[in-house]
Amino acid sequence: MTLCIDIRHRLGSFEVEAKFATGGGLVALFGRSGSGKTSIVNIIAGLIRPDHGRVINDDVVLLDTARGIFVPRHRRRIGYVFQEGRLFPHLTVRQNLLYGRFFAPEHERREELDRVVDLLGIGKLLDRRPGRMSGGEKQRVAIGRALLAGPRLLLMDEPLASLDEALKGEILPYIERLRDQSRVPIVYVSHSLAEVARLASTVVLVAGGKVAALGSTAEVMHRLDLFPLTDRTEAGAIVDATVERHDAAFGLTELRSRAGLWRLPRLDSPIGARLRLRVRARDVMLAKSAPADLSALNIVPGVVADMAAAGGTAGPIVEIKLDCNGDVLIARLTRYSVERLGLVRGQRIHALVKSVALDRRDLSGPIPSAPGADAEANEG
Amino acid sequence: MEWMTLSPEEWTAVRLSLRVASVATLISLPLGIGIALALARGRFWGHSLLNGLVLLPLILPPVVTGYILLILFGRQGPIGALLARHLGIVLSFRWTGAALACGLMGFPLLVRAIRLSIESVDARLEEAAGTLGANRAWVFATVTLPLIVPGILTGMILCFAKAMGEFGATITFVSNIPGETQTLPSAIYTFTQVPGGDAGALRLTLVSVAISMLALFASELMARSANRRLDIE
Repeated sequence: MTLCIDIRHRLGSFEVEAKFATGGGLVALFGRSGSGKTSIVNIIAGLIRPDHGRVINDDVVLLDTARGIFVPRHRRRIGYVFQEGRLFPHLTVRQNLLYGRFFAPEHERREELDRVVDLLGIGKLLDRRPGRMSGGEKQRVAIGRALLAGPRLLLMDEPLASLDEALKGEILPYIERLRDQSRVPIVYVSHSLAEVARLASTVVLVAGGKVAALGSTAEVMHRLDLFPLTDRTEAGAIVDATVERHDAAFGLTELRSRAGLWRLPRLDSPIGARLRLRVRARDVMLAKSAPADLSALNIVPGVVADMAAAGGTAGPIVEIKLDCNGDVLIARLTRYSVERLGLVRGQRIHALVKSVALDRRDLSGPIPSAPGADAEANEG
Repeated sequence: MEWMTLSPEEWTAVRLSLRVASVATLISLPLGIGIALALARGRFWGHSLLNGLVLLPLILPPVVTGYILLILFGRQGPIGALLARHLGIVLSFRWTGAALACGLMGFPLLVRAIRLSIESVDARLEEAAGTLGANRAWVFATVTLPLIVPGILTGMILCFAKAMGEFGATITFVSNIPGETQTLPSAIYTFTQVPGGDAGALRLTLVSVAISMLALFASELMARSANRRLDIE
């Protein structure tokens, strides 16, 4: 299961130039709005015919301008979940779901209606029409419709962007289940660091129509030099942890990672469950000596691995990457604080994180790294 | 209420008009959908010319349209002679010719209504259907066509109503032969030309009004139920 892309396409004064190959699992095309992500997936789906390039999915050549190959969209077997759902208003949910299945060849009908309905929790909607459904319901039906067409690749273009926070939280678990339970590789377009950190095994960072970086999610997220291209205020580190204990008296859950012990508000996950924790850089404080008499419950020792001043050396903000016994943490401090503490590379330090800053919305199950992305994932 | 009863000749005119208008509408429909689709979605050389040709009968004096038909489709006309020789179809001075004239006059209204409704269909839905495996023909049959049903109904009603009322082109092309080409408007016109024809003219006028109102109600009902099915937000 590999997707190889090498394309060049001009849209007015904007040029999209992308070249990358990915393995299975969930690959995030990540970048700011207007960076060219949607153009890239539209080219993969065959909605845009690029000026030059090749698209090969799973050894099937879908596009090769040099050899004059252009497989039309309806024969590409690529599922597409659009940002706005695009459900057919004249059909019931059941008819919408079965639409693509009708056109799929017999042997490509891998998914059963019952299983998909169950996976997405849309059993009660089957006989309704999309008109008066909520955005979250529509988006789940759109995912099911794409899945039932038996695609060899699923494209999801900002499927949560038009939903409010509560609805996003409602749908994310379904996308996680989809990622973990169906064998279809997914290309997930997003400008949200939180979604990417939670869902992706591999990240393709897109900026200005070009691929700026590609690697495992942690690898890309932990590169300080890429922060200007992502979302500085939301930036942070990813820590893989295991549930160790629930503290019933105070309603806390303790997680263990290489860096040490993490306490956060009670989670539902069973003891032993592996989780991915996202620690935002703006929530991390640093102290030169282990502080006593402090409200923050999470204090982990580490070493300053790297420092980068945001917006040039004279900027007011500095991002500091810490190595905490193999886990990476990133802290976002003022340059004033950094100079006051006299922080330098290699210095021993303590990172402090308030428990309530560790939001349960930022947690997700462990993400099986994609076969093709193994090498990259192991480096980081 | 004796004066309300239609004479056999008047009944003939009513039945003929209904038949002419129905045939004109039904025959125009597939062609109308095709041309509306080409005008709404197609990008080709001669787009404006086709649009102009379709709208022409709306702008030309009906008598001129009828005369052009007579020149082209008359027994001696280039198309009429061909049709008569090879297919045995004669249009001039026949009810089929009336249907052609009425269909042509109603055609711009039919195409206009369908074109507008095709243009209001969200092309992104058609794109989505494409990614789900439907080719162009299937996309049209399963997405575009169901979504433009209200527009098609409106177009058909407009075309039918225009065909029911068509007078100038019909009388020029196929004359006013009772039982063959004498439609409702021609019959009313004939009544107004003879002494004591007022009662007949009035009866047929009432029939005309009734048919038009019925057609309007029917289209209203059908469009409403189609919209309800879509549950438009």
